[in-house]
Amino acid sequence: MPDRQSRAPGAAPVADAFRSDLLALLPHMRAFARGLCGRPEQADDLVQETVMRAWTARDSFTPGTSMKAWTFTIMRNHFLNDLRKNRRQTQLDPEVAETTLIARATQEEGVHINDLQRALDKLPDERREALLLVGAGGFSYEEAANICGVPIGTMKSRVARGRSQLYAILEPEEGSPAYSIA
Amino acid sequence: MELMLTQRKPGSAIPGTEGFSSRGPDNRPPGWADGLRKLYDSVVSEPLPDSFDDLLKKLDQADDA
Repeated sequence: MPDRQSRAPGAAPVADAFRSDLLALLPHMRAFARGLCGRPEQADDLVQETVMRAWTARDSFTPGTSMKAWTFTIMRNHFLNDLRKNRRQTQLDPEVAETTLIARATQEEGVHINDLQRALDKLPDERREALLLVGAGGFSYEEAANICGVPIGTMKSRVARGRSQLYAILEPEEGSPAYSIA
Repeated sequence: MELMLTQRKPGSAIPGTEGFSSRGPDNRPPGWADGLRKLYDSVVSEPLPDSFDDLLKKLDQADDA
C-alpha cells in the first residue's frame, strides 16, 4: 500500500476518513468479487468499478453504518445487474478458463481451493452470493438479506439451498468426501 | 468461524443435510464454511496487485468537491 499520509493538503477530513476506510476494505472487496465471478482479472475490474462508484456516491453513505456492507451492496448490484450477461458469455471461453485455472493453481494453495471455487461457480448467482456473504464474509443473515435486498427468510433459504447444492457437487457420494480442507 | 452453527437452530435442518449439521463436535462450523472462508481469506491476504496503482492515485488526488 502506498503511504496514505502523502495526499494533497486541503482535502476535507470527512473525505479523508471515507477514503481511508474505503481503501482498507479493498482486500475484502477483492475476496467477495473473486467469489462472485471466479476470474481474478474480472473480479479486480469489478472491485475498481465498485470503488469508483462508492467514491462518487460517498455522500449517500451514512457514517456509523457498515461501509463493508455498503460497498458489497454496490458491488453485487453492479455485478448482477450489469455484468452477469457478459460473464455467462466469457465463461464459455476455454482458453480463458484454462488460464484462470493455472493462475489459481500457482497463486493459491492447490487443488482443493480450485475445486471449491469451481463448485461455487456452478451455483446460481443468488445462492453463491448468499454463501459468500454468510459463510465467508462474516455477515449475519439479516445483514446479508439487506445487502441483497431480500427478506431474511429468503436469505436463509438461499444459504441452506446453496449449502446443499455445494455439498452435492463436492461430495457426490455420501460418506466418501471428495473434498476436504485441512 | 462460528457463524453457521451458532445461527442454525436445531431441528431446522434442510432435508438431505442432516448428516452435515451434526458434523463436528462443539460449535465448530461445518466443512463447507471452512472452505469458503479459506477461499475468501486467501484473497484477502493477497497483496494488492499493481493494477490498482492508478485507482489509488486517482483517489489520492480526488478532492472532496
